[in-house]
Amino acid sequence: MMSQWPAPLGNGGQSEELLVSFDKARARRVLILPAWFDEANKLRRFTLDVMRALDAAGIDSFLPDLPGCNESLAPLESQTLAGWRAGAAASAEAVGASEVLAIRAGALLVPPGLPAWHYAALSGPKLLRGLIRARTIVAREAGLSESAEDLMAIGREAGLVLGGWMIGADMLRGLESAEIPASDNARAITTADLGGPGLWLRAEPGEDIAQSQRLAAIIADGGSSPA
Amino acid sequence: MTDLSVDRELKALIADVLGLDPARAAALEGSSGLFGHLPELDSMAVAGLLTEMEDRLDIVIDDDDVDGEMLETYGGLLAFAEAKLAEAA
Repeated sequence: MMSQWPAPLGNGGQSEELLVSFDKARARRVLILPAWFDEANKLRRFTLDVMRALDAAGIDSFLPDLPGCNESLAPLESQTLAGWRAGAAASAEAVGASEVLAIRAGALLVPPGLPAWHYAALSGPKLLRGLIRARTIVAREAGLSESAEDLMAIGREAGLVLGGWMIGADMLRGLESAEIPASDNARAITTADLGGPGLWLRAEPGEDIAQSQRLAAIIADGGSSPA
Repeated sequence: MTDLSVDRELKALIADVLGLDPARAAALEGSSGLFGHLPELDSMAVAGLLTEMEDRLDIVIDDDDVDGEMLETYGGLLAFAEAKLAEAA
């Protein structure tokens, strides 16, 4: 089901954002924190397939847009890491989440205190490395020379367009040192656990029902306590 | 890592990126065109490929290493990976 949820904005305001839910008021309620930027598009169908498989396994799930993501009308460039963390925590509360499934960089936003599953977690520095590398490759093809160091120096002050995404200075500075939070209550799920390559590697968005079902089965088998 | 296993790992990785079945990936030759030849291999996919190479082969790829020649053909990429691994050994 599609509905909306009130996401907090850094300025004290609120933004109505999309919420996709499979909600039958069941005991287990999984908040999904999806992959970011380009990977979000490539993994969207995979993510929805995981939600359908969780539903079939008797588990509710919720996929909220954060401000600046997916269908949001809020500008991406004004979003910050702290703002998204606050948004993730607010969405967990709004849907009454019992646990979290974080995909790729979504793991950077897991609210403290909730049991979490991390699928192929991606740190801030690694995320930036990939995005900046894509930009330097394009520049080189165009006969320009852009170094990663120079780009980051500009980005820390003025933000950067990376892979077509306008990422603000505050977000870039936050991501430079954003590591996956260590938690006794989180369990890592690897691509090997799902028996196939990560779909974010693909050049085009794809799906793999077997992988989605495997991920849902790991969560279903794990009880409500991942670790 | 032997040269043969680098070859196998790299082909598996390209199969993952392009969504090729293993048989098609195994048919890649030294002269098989990559970046600039395959429309699926845009800059974002190439960046993902290089990052995944770093993880799977346990190498570090500097920006200065990345040039058209190493990305243009499968042979160029394989030679680059082998040279990086020799450097690290």
